[in-house]
Amino acid sequence: MTTTTTTTPRLAGLRDALADAATMAGRSLRLASRDLDAMITATAVPVMILLMFTFVFGGAMAMDIDYIQYATPGIILLCAGFGAASTAVAVEQDMSGGMVDRLRSLPTRPWTVLFGHVAAALAKNLVTTGVVFGVAVAIGFRPSAGVLGWLGAVGLLTLFVAAIAWVAAFFGVIARTPDAAAAVSFVVMFLPYVSSAFVPVDTLPTWLRGFAQHQPVTPVIETVRGLLVPGTPGAVVGDQLGSTALVAIAWCVGIGAVFAAAATVAFRRRR
Amino acid sequence: MTDAVVVAEGLHKSYGDTPVLRGVGLTLHRGEVLALLGPNGAGKTTTVKILSTLLPLDGGSATVAGYDVVRDAAQVRRHISLTGQQVALDLKATGLENLTMIAKLSRVPRRQVKARVAELLDGVGLADVAGRRVATYSGGMRRRLDLAAGLIARPRVLFLDEPTTGLDPRSRRDLWELVRDVVAGGTSLFLTTQYLEEADELADRIALIDHGVVAAQGTADELKRRVGQARVELDLADAADALRIRTAFPDIADTASDTSAASPTVALATDGSLAHVRELIAGVESTGVVPASWRLREPTLDDVFLTLTGHAAHAPDAPEPGTTITQEKAA
Ligand SMILES: Nc1ncnc2c1ncn2[C@@H]1O[C@H](COP(=O)(O)OP(=O)(O)OP(=O)(O)O)[C@@H](O)[C@H]1O
Ligand SMILES: [Mg+2]
Repeated sequence: MTTTTTTTPRLAGLRDALADAATMAGRSLRLASRDLDAMITATAVPVMILLMFTFVFGGAMAMDIDYIQYATPGIILLCAGFGAASTAVAVEQDMSGGMVDRLRSLPTRPWTVLFGHVAAALAKNLVTTGVVFGVAVAIGFRPSAGVLGWLGAVGLLTLFVAAIAWVAAFFGVIARTPDAAAAVSFVVMFLPYVSSAFVPVDTLPTWLRGFAQHQPVTPVIETVRGLLVPGTPGAVVGDQLGSTALVAIAWCVGIGAVFAAAATVAFRRRR
Repeated sequence: MTDAVVVAEGLHKSYGDTPVLRGVGLTLHRGEVLALLGPNGAGKTTTVKILSTLLPLDGGSATVAGYDVVRDAAQVRRHISLTGQQVALDLKATGLENLTMIAKLSRVPRRQVKARVAELLDGVGLADVAGRRVATYSGGMRRRLDLAAGLIARPRVLFLDEPTTGLDPRSRRDLWELVRDVVAGGTSLFLTTQYLEEADELADRIALIDHGVVAAQGTADELKRRVGQARVELDLADAADALRIRTAFPDIADTASDTSAASPTVALATDGSLAHVRELIAGVESTGVVPASWRLREPTLDDVFLTLTGHAAHAPDAPEPGTTITQEKAA
C-alpha cells in the first residue's frame, strides 16, 4: 500500500496514529462548530445558573462576601457537565450510523477516533467556559490570582474537562440511543450539586457530608477556588491547597485513564 | 488456489440463540466480482462484517488478501475497504471534507491527498457539489460519495454491501458504471445484493445465500444451466388449473411459485427445442387447461433461486426503513 516507511515500523505506527488523531480531532471540531444548537445550550444554561445563583439564591446564602466569588468556580465546572452531553451524543451518532463500520475497517486505531471527540470537547469548553467566565466578571466576579495561580487553575480545569469528556465518550460508545448518551450529563452534573460548589460542605446534612467531601468534584473546585479567589471564606490555602490539588489531579487522571481505556475497548468490541 | 483473495470456509455465526450463518463457504479470485445474492435477513451483511474484521466468528475460518481475519485483522484492514449498507458520511461536512478525511485515514501520502480526492469527486460526478454539505445531497449522491470513500485507498479487495438498495434505476445504472471502472482497475470486488439483475450485470460469479447457507455458487450461466435451458411459462385462470398442469408435468413444473394468486403462473423447464416445446404444448392441451397467455423465455436468476432454495428471492423495491440512508438528525 501507500505507506512510505523510512523509519522503523514502530515509529511509523506511532506517527500514523498521531496523524490519525489529528485528523479525527479536526473532524470532530469541524462538526462541533457546525452544531450551534448544542454550543448555545452548553453556554446559555451555565450562564443562567450563574445568574440565578447570584441574584436569586445569593441573598439567602449567609456569607461575608459576594456569593459570586464563592460560586463561580463551581459553575465553571458545570459547563463541563453540559458539554459532556453533546460529546456523548456525537460519539453515539458515530456508533449507530454507518461511520463506525467504516472507521473500524480502516487501519486507524480506535482511540484516535475517540480522542478526536475529546479534543473537540476541550475546544468547545474553552469557548463556553470563556463566555461564562466573562459574564461572571461582568456581574462582579473578581479573581485575585497571580500568573501561577491562573496557570494552575486553567491546567486543572483542562484536565477535568478531558476526564469528563472521556466519561462522555464511554457513555456514547455503550449507549444505544442519543437520549441515553445525553443522560451522561445528569450523572456528571449531579456531582457539583453535592459538593462544595454552591455551599460549604459543612452546611450539608451530615449523611451527605461524607460523600461530598470524598467525591472527585470537591477537590477540583476547592483547588480552583483556592487558586483564583484565595480570600473567599472556606477557600483552602497554603499547604492544604497543595495536597487538595494533588487529590484533584489524581482524580482527574484516574477517571480519564479508566474511562479512556474502557471507551476504547468498548469501541472495538461493540457491534 | 493461489489467486484467491477471499477464502471463507464454514463460517458460523449466531446472535444469541439465533444462528445467522450456518457454514458459509466462499471464494473470491483476484480481479473478479463475486455477488453474494440473497433476500432480506439471509446473512449478507453478517458475512461482509466478518470478512472485513468487524465481527468475530463463532466457527470456521476466513482469509482476506492472504491474512487471517481474526489473527491478522490489522493486516487485513490495510488491504480492504468497506462501503457498508448504511451510508458512512458526516452530513454536516462537505463532500470534499468527507473524502479528505478518509484519504488521510487510508494512509494516502499527504501530498497526494488533494489530487486523489479531486480525482474521485470527478469520477463519481460530484465535483460541482464538492463544497456543499452532504446533508443537502440526494440519496443517490450520498451513495456515490460513499462509494468514492471506499475507493480512495485503491484497496485490493473492495466490499460493497447492497450499494444500490433504494436507488432509482438511473442512479443504479450510473453506480454500476462506476463499479465496472473500479474493477477494470484491478480491484477484486465482493458485492452483496438482493437484486438478481444487479448480480447478473456486475458479477463474474454468484453465490446464492439463503438462511445463512450458500445454496449454490457459480457463474450466472452455470446457475441457469442447473435449472434447464429455457422455460415455457403459462398464465393460468386459477389454482385448479395450476394443480392440473403440475400433476401432468411433475418433473419439470416449478412447484414453488404461489398458485393461490388470482391468476397463477406456472413455468415448465424445457431445452428450448422446437420438438420439446411442441410436445409440451400438446401435453398442456390434453389436460384441457387453456392458458390466458403463454411465452417461451430464458431462465432468470429468479428461476435459479426458486429451484435451488424452494422459494422466491423476493427483492422488494421499496427499501426497508433504516437500512439504507441514515436521516440527518436535527440540523
Ligand atoms: N446485531 C444483531 N443482533 C441480533 N440479530 C441480528 C443482528 N444483526 C443481524 N441480525 C439478524 O441476523 C440475520 C441476518 O442479518 P444480515 O444483516 O446479515 O442480513 P442481510 O442478508 O444483510 O439482510 P438485508 O438484505 O436486510 O440487509 C437477520 O435475521 C437479522 O435479524
Ligand atoms: Mg444487509
